Amino acid sequence: MVDVAFQPNRTAAAQSGRRRVGLRNALRRKSMSAFLMTLPLILLIAILVIYPAIYSLHLATLNKAMTKFVGFGNFEFLFKRETFWLVVKQSCIFAISAVIFKALIGFIVAHFVHNVPANKQRKWRGMLLVPWVIPPAMSTLAWLWLFDPSYSAFNYTLSFFGIGPIPWTGDAMWARFSVILVNVWYGAPFFMIMYLAALKSVPEQLYEAAAIDGANWWQRIWYVTLPMMRNIIAITTLFSLIVTFANFDIVRILTAGGPLDHTHIFATWAFRVGIEGSDIPLGASVSLFMVPILAIAAIFILRDITKRGNEA
Amino acid sequence: MSRKKLSRREFVAATALSSAALITAPYVRGAYAAGKLSMGFWDHWVPGANSASTELVNEWAAKEKVEVQLDYITSQGNKNIVTIAAEAQAKSGHDIFQMPTWWPQANAELLEPVNDIMDPLIKLNGEVNGTVKYLGQADGKWLGVPASVGSQIKGPCSRIDLMKKYANIDVQEMYPAGSPPKADNWTLDTFLKAAEACHKAGFPFGIGLGETSDSVDTAGAIFQSFGAQLVDAKGNLTVKTDAVRQSLDYYKKLLAFLPPDVSAWDDASNNKWLVAGKGAMIMNPPSAWAVAKRDAPQVAEQCWTHGFPAGPKGRFAPYLPFFWSIWSFSKNKEAAKSLLSFLSQPASIEKMVVASGGYDLPAYEKLTTLKVWEEIGPPKGTLYHYPNPYKHQTLSIAASPAPPKVAQQIYFQATLTKMCLRYHQGEAMEKTLAWAEGECEGFMRS
Repeated sequence: MVDVAFQPNRTAAAQSGRRRVGLRNALRRKSMSAFLMTLPLILLIAILVIYPAIYSLHLATLNKAMTKFVGFGNFEFLFKRETFWLVVKQSCIFAISAVIFKALIGFIVAHFVHNVPANKQRKWRGMLLVPWVIPPAMSTLAWLWLFDPSYSAFNYTLSFFGIGPIPWTGDAMWARFSVILVNVWYGAPFFMIMYLAALKSVPEQLYEAAAIDGANWWQRIWYVTLPMMRNIIAITTLFSLIVTFANFDIVRILTAGGPLDHTHIFATWAFRVGIEGSDIPLGASVSLFMVPILAIAAIFILRDITKRGNEA
Repeated sequence: MSRKKLSRREFVAATALSSAALITAPYVRGAYAAGKLSMGFWDHWVPGANSASTELVNEWAAKEKVEVQLDYITSQGNKNIVTIAAEAQAKSGHDIFQMPTWWPQANAELLEPVNDIMDPLIKLNGEVNGTVKYLGQADGKWLGVPASVGSQIKGPCSRIDLMKKYANIDVQEMYPAGSPPKADNWTLDTFLKAAEACHKAGFPFGIGLGETSDSVDTAGAIFQSFGAQLVDAKGNLTVKTDAVRQSLDYYKKLLAFLPPDVSAWDDASNNKWLVAGKGAMIMNPPSAWAVAKRDAPQVAEQCWTHGFPAGPKGRFAPYLPFFWSIWSFSKNKEAAKSLLSFLSQPASIEKMVVASGGYDLPAYEKLTTLKVWEEIGPPKGTLYHYPNPYKHQTLSIAASPAPPKVAQQIYFQATLTKMCLRYHQGEAMEKTLAWAEGECEGFMRS
């Protein structure tokens, strides 16, 4: 489709008015209008995202006193630290397991909601979205009270069945489980709503054809639903992976990285080192370490989507 | 309507006349003739405590004709230290910032020296303790004026009844209101026996072993009581010493008598422990007692704040001072110094301490015997020994005497409590020490 109407009668005599006409034409182009309309957002992103990103790159190349350029010195230092590798490992465990569970739960719940009669769906969608719309700092505080070391509501309930007390935030394994659980609780509704939208866009005829071919429930999921949802699943997974890797509030509020640093992830450890420890360049380096990991994940996922798009 | 054209000659004459009139006119002092001053003060826990600071600042501003802007910045969620970091990066913000413990040292290069007001204040109010000097001075330069607001000692707050009944210790007799302590027998050994007795009785001491300030402060004082330092004042690693080993062994014994979940405790956990009536002692400033006064008066009237138990190398109590510091980029340093001097006068300090219900501690030795600590209750005299009036314990901060920028890392990475926990969980002593040594080596980068 062309953006500009073809003008066969334009002559060289119109030289003097060319500039004005050119501007008018430029403004008439759809792409130009679109650019102008998105310009405020582009500027906002430049100020709030690109500038801080470049500034953090600059900070990561300074020494602790921020008086001299050390190149990759901070990264070299980090690579020798035992705690840093513990944080890398934990960030991967946290993000990957949380995203897998969010995707699974989101997928299952989306199917349930999809099968609810249309007139009742809105109510269910609203209720299931509640964890996602509450600010995580607030909802995590409620979880903190449920997991409280001395007054845990969960432990109180479990005590009636002769179970516990469970050290939800006091034992390394349980603390990891707790932070992942809260992240899954918070993030699963996002997957649910995305998958629900994808499910609604799968043509009913495909299921009918599959039913005629004698496909059972599992085969319909495997050969119809999943292939039709692949792009949404990939995009949602990528988006969630980025957000989960960069998570801060849940871990910070629930365990602050403890016990013995066993729940620290990149953002919380960067805060501990950079802000609480007044070593801002090292904190910036820790947080920037996420970038290559996420960039690799993004390249693979987006390449897969593009490939499928081309095949289609 | 006719319009007269102004000639060049007339314009020059008019300009000269107006300039002369402006220069020779008498100086009229406006409402805010001495300029503007902005302050970022710590938002006090105690309800109503901010009002005393506000009144004092306004009183000074009216007298000095300065326009003031006073912001109270909470330490909830570390908002105050995030703001400090942002202002330090931007080199812009408030003129005065109330900085907690380690932050004057962390920003030493960006702070205006205040020796010119500190010297007269020390003459007026008395000497400051060693921790104030350690945290507030760099190369002889005062980085801020010690603020009474927010400064605290995290000593024991004991339950009179439970300690008497189960540990056979009368804390009121040991630390009598109005007279010097009789605490020679109040040692770490006695403390351990008391912890065991109260644990057996079902009221264990509520001492955290998490990674937040309260847990680290208690560990710091106990380590210092054994003479244990991870890094000495010259920056040498001193992890693998007998003093550190003794401290870890002591903590291992103590942990057996503490609640099983202390590794997950934060700074609110010990307060809740006391207010809920679950334990016989916590290590905290009187904020827990103040909450108990409101929410559990029967607990509050049994609370007694007193000194730390002594170890082989002395009696140390965790002390956390705040400082009012002036940024070097402040545009009104003289006014800032004048205000800080005004806020540090004895009458101003007393007003702020009273407003905080005795929570705030002045750093100066002549101001540790204010009436408020004598009178406040219930029970009357419960805070009498809180400000260390007889200087019978050394006020210290965990990780000192390491160079402050190294000590800050040890403090916030909670190296001490992590060591205790690792050793308690069964790690070999030498492995724990090697781990801590590796951590401290990392903290020394410049």
